[in-house]
Amino acid sequence: MQKLKKYAASKAGRETLVSFGIVIIAFVVMQVLLSLGMVSSLLKSLLVPICAYVIMAVSLNLTVGILGELSLGHAGFMSVGAFSGVVAVTCLSGGGMPEPLQLAIAIVIGGLCAAVAGVIVGVPVLRLKGDYLAIVTLAFGEIIKSIVNVLYVGLDSSGLHFSLLEQKFELAEDGEMIINGAMGVSGVSRLSTFTAGFVLVLVTLFIILNLIHSRAGRAVMAVRDNKIAADSIGISTTRYKLMAFVISAAFAGMAGTLYGMNYTTITASKFDFNTSILILVFVVLGGLGNIWGSIIAAVLLTVLPEVLRGVGDYRMLIYAILLIAMMLFNNSPLKQRLLEKRGMKQMEKLERQEKGGA
Amino acid sequence: MGFLNHLINGISLGSIYAIIALGYTMVYGIAKMLNFAHGDVIMVGGYMCFCATAYLGWPTAAGILLAVVVCTVLGVVIERLAYKPLRQAPALAVLITAIGVSYFLQNAALQIWGSNTKSFSSVVQGSPIQLFDGQISIAPVTLVTVAVCVVIMIVLTLFTNRSKAGTAMRAVSEDKGAAQLMGINVNTTISLTFAIGSGLAAIAGVLLCSAYPTLTPTTGAMPGIKAFTAAVFGGIGSIPGAFVGGILLGVIEIFAGAYVSTQLANAIVFAVLIIVLLVKPDGLLGKRVSEKV
Repeated sequence: MQKLKKYAASKAGRETLVSFGIVIIAFVVMQVLLSLGMVSSLLKSLLVPICAYVIMAVSLNLTVGILGELSLGHAGFMSVGAFSGVVAVTCLSGGGMPEPLQLAIAIVIGGLCAAVAGVIVGVPVLRLKGDYLAIVTLAFGEIIKSIVNVLYVGLDSSGLHFSLLEQKFELAEDGEMIINGAMGVSGVSRLSTFTAGFVLVLVTLFIILNLIHSRAGRAVMAVRDNKIAADSIGISTTRYKLMAFVISAAFAGMAGTLYGMNYTTITASKFDFNTSILILVFVVLGGLGNIWGSIIAAVLLTVLPEVLRGVGDYRMLIYAILLIAMMLFNNSPLKQRLLEKRGMKQMEKLERQEKGGA
Repeated sequence: MGFLNHLINGISLGSIYAIIALGYTMVYGIAKMLNFAHGDVIMVGGYMCFCATAYLGWPTAAGILLAVVVCTVLGVVIERLAYKPLRQAPALAVLITAIGVSYFLQNAALQIWGSNTKSFSSVVQGSPIQLFDGQISIAPVTLVTVAVCVVIMIVLTLFTNRSKAGTAMRAVSEDKGAAQLMGINVNTTISLTFAIGSGLAAIAGVLLCSAYPTLTPTTGAMPGIKAFTAAVFGGIGSIPGAFVGGILLGVIEIFAGAYVSTQLANAIVFAVLIIVLLVKPDGLLGKRVSEKV
């Protein structure tokens, strides 16, 4: 108990506990609304994607906000997670395991595969800087998409079969095609549930928030703020950069599995450059390095286009205008003035209080 | 002879990439921003030329002129409304705004022209030139594309190196503050750069649609990304670099499609880019900037 109190008093602890509180409250409210039947079927279908996008945004924030490197290929890791998760579930499905356990194992495997992809991408990518790094992550995202697009995976009694470009293997009678090239995956059992998504969001928040406030997290931020200074005080910049990047990729993979398991069919083109950009928009709009901002932006911007469905064809146009307007406002002198005004008012209030006290 | 045919196709595609990449690289050099909306300006250029010739019955030259004028104005307006207020903002904010502009242009095009594919009739008519008893055939549009690309490259190089406005551009790209102190109007110079870049995008749009005659609101997106890759490939900010990068990218893409797999062509292009950047982190012709401690 004493330990918990001390934890709650620390900055990291407070942030984590408050985050948990709000996410749990949001979940409970949603559950109550669901049981009362007050949620439209549209919103219901969005619940799992929202959870997946929240995890994507939080994990990308680790790369872009905390590590300070722009990544334009985050959807590639999501793709790796989604497809490896599907393969895992297909392998497990005969074993008579309960569905939540299957999903959990699939998510872990999806995360591991994405982490491996993260190491493969991260080692060369993190040697570059700035826009060059960004363009190489974009390139890797496209490469992952192209490769998954020509990947054939089948399962039969003798095990898994892989081939590229065309189906080069024959399956036994009891065999089953899992990934069928550009056709992607079809006929998956939809294992993802809102509860699973919620639990995964909590796990992600717990790990990433604790990481940020740990020694390793501070080292990562030191590398972001001044690489040379960090180097000179003995922080292994390569190691911490790679660590942050791989953890970010692993969570993207888990989100990918969650997302993929929410649909009966998935194709590689679902996880393209536009998806990467969408996630980046969540992160930038929510504020770099601000985990809370990412969550709110991910939820709002996933729901917004659906709410705008009322205006029909114009919704994406309005979405684009809102996006530009928000970015302009965020950096405008008007906002500065508003903030200053608020600051002045608070100052006045403090002064008055002091006078009152004296 | 298949090899030569592929090479010609590659150079043709590469010339289009090079023209787009020239616009990208100029804007990047001066504004230090990745203008993601550049690809969509190409699309607008294509639609303008299409509308002028197919709906209004204008002659081809007038159609191209209209496309160039509209895109130039569009480029300047975009810069003034969306990018100029963000001069002091972090680079990422500008990037996201550019993405917003890109979405806006695509969806505006979708509203105006619909999602149906328009078939663009080539601006260069005539039958292909046959060489070696028809073993090699060169479409006239290929010749025009390559010629236009070379002319643009030479004119741009001369412009930036010799003219007063070009010198101002180089000064602004090196140091905005110092350029301003020397009496250069930074805002006008940046607007001029956007105008040139967008005008080039219009020409690229017309040529792209002539070579690959389908036009949809997302026509410009993928060539835009490829051209951006080409600009990085050659060393972003460098005009000859964009030219070399564009041509190489086009050739690699066509060869990869012909000899390996069309489905993997994009993956191979990007893999080559990664390898080049790992060996030469500033691109093929990029300037090496050393870090001061």
